[in-house]
Amino acid sequence: MQGLDFSVVSSYLDIIWVGVWWTATITVSASLVSVLGGILLAVAVLHGPSALRYPMRLFSWIFMGTPLLLQLYLIYFGLVQIGIDIPALAAGIIGLGLHFAVYNADILRAGITAVDMGQTEGARTLGFSRLQTLRYVIVPQALLNTAPPIGGNLIALLKESAIVSVIGVTELVHSAQLAISETYRPFEFYVIAAVLYYVLNLALEGILKVIETRVEATR
Amino acid sequence: MDFGLMARIFPFFLEAALVTIELSLLSLALGLTVAAVITMFRLSRLRTLRAIGTLYVSLMRGTPCLIQLFILYFGGPQIGINLSPFAAGAIGLGMNIGAYMAEAMRGAILAVDRGQTEAARVLGFSRFETMRIVVLPQAAKLMIRPLGVNAVALVKGTALVSTISVVDLTYTAQRFIGSTYKPFEIFAVAAILYMAMIYALSKVVDFLDRRYAAA
Repeated sequence: MQGLDFSVVSSYLDIIWVGVWWTATITVSASLVSVLGGILLAVAVLHGPSALRYPMRLFSWIFMGTPLLLQLYLIYFGLVQIGIDIPALAAGIIGLGLHFAVYNADILRAGITAVDMGQTEGARTLGFSRLQTLRYVIVPQALLNTAPPIGGNLIALLKESAIVSVIGVTELVHSAQLAISETYRPFEFYVIAAVLYYVLNLALEGILKVIETRVEATR
Repeated sequence: MDFGLMARIFPFFLEAALVTIELSLLSLALGLTVAAVITMFRLSRLRTLRAIGTLYVSLMRGTPCLIQLFILYFGGPQIGINLSPFAAGAIGLGMNIGAYMAEAMRGAILAVDRGQTEAARVLGFSRFETMRIVVLPQAAKLMIRPLGVNAVALVKGTALVSTISVVDLTYTAQRFIGSTYKPFEIFAVAAILYMAMIYALSKVVDFLDRRYAAA
């Protein structure tokens, strides 16, 4: 036992701050990937050609049935294998984004199915193509209806983003590890990291709440 | 796909899968216990206990499980807690999933109609008796599904212990990816085992749900 000394943290605030910044950036980027990917997956499974539908199902099933950590290893080491050399940061964002895209797709699929048939019929009668109907009429409504559960997934995404540190992406956990390698004080730095995640989490919950109230107001 | 390689490495993965199963079962048992205690706290009449319960759930659900494991395993020795990687993994995962399971339990208990409690109290049951004889049996049925969802998440979550050097399925996969440079084959083997576990688990949950919750 060496006793705790949180004052060491003060000389590493720069590194920690960089970590917070990257965690926020990764979370926002991966969130975008997960929502856009989720829309594409949901539409492909519901309306795509059957040749596309079954591979998509299989893809979702595999992504839901295996740990994110394992998926990150596959993406990071697998893409290099087939000649695509991407930096760890990109691999992390893609992996995190795809993982949650599958969960968002599941929610959105139900959301799209729940939009009244009359909406499709009306849009088609007005001369919208099938794709336009989805793009301008159905998907926006489905997104509004599914905002709360998708928000829940984004909160999970923020926390799971800690995992990308294992493939060497610079973010909050990685920053803490850097500081620990110099100070040998894991307890202090991991606790600080946890506190910062907690604050980020509260901030994200606040933002999502504002969005949800806005969404409610549009009805 | 190099199926020969997949066949050769399979025995190693089977052994690692046993570690994952052991870890899942241990942390599931611990998680359920923690959840039961925290739920009791949160439904207690004492404000302090309620506050402790709420704080616990908020902290555990508001921070990444990975960080919790790191605090316990790497930070533990600084405050006099020396655990083996496996023990730290089981305890960390159990305490984390316990918070999520406590939410599921509380939700199920609150979902039991208030009239049931009122009627039991009017009939002269004590608070404790009301909970044990009237509310819990009904809530237990409502808990099976949500707790099952948590259990499935837990099995996938066990992959995190590979970062504190527990030789589980993910650790083994990572090692073999590093040594063979065949990420797709290795992923396929590990994925099949994870999905088999999750499939089996979901069948157990289905069975329990049909056996006890179908009314």
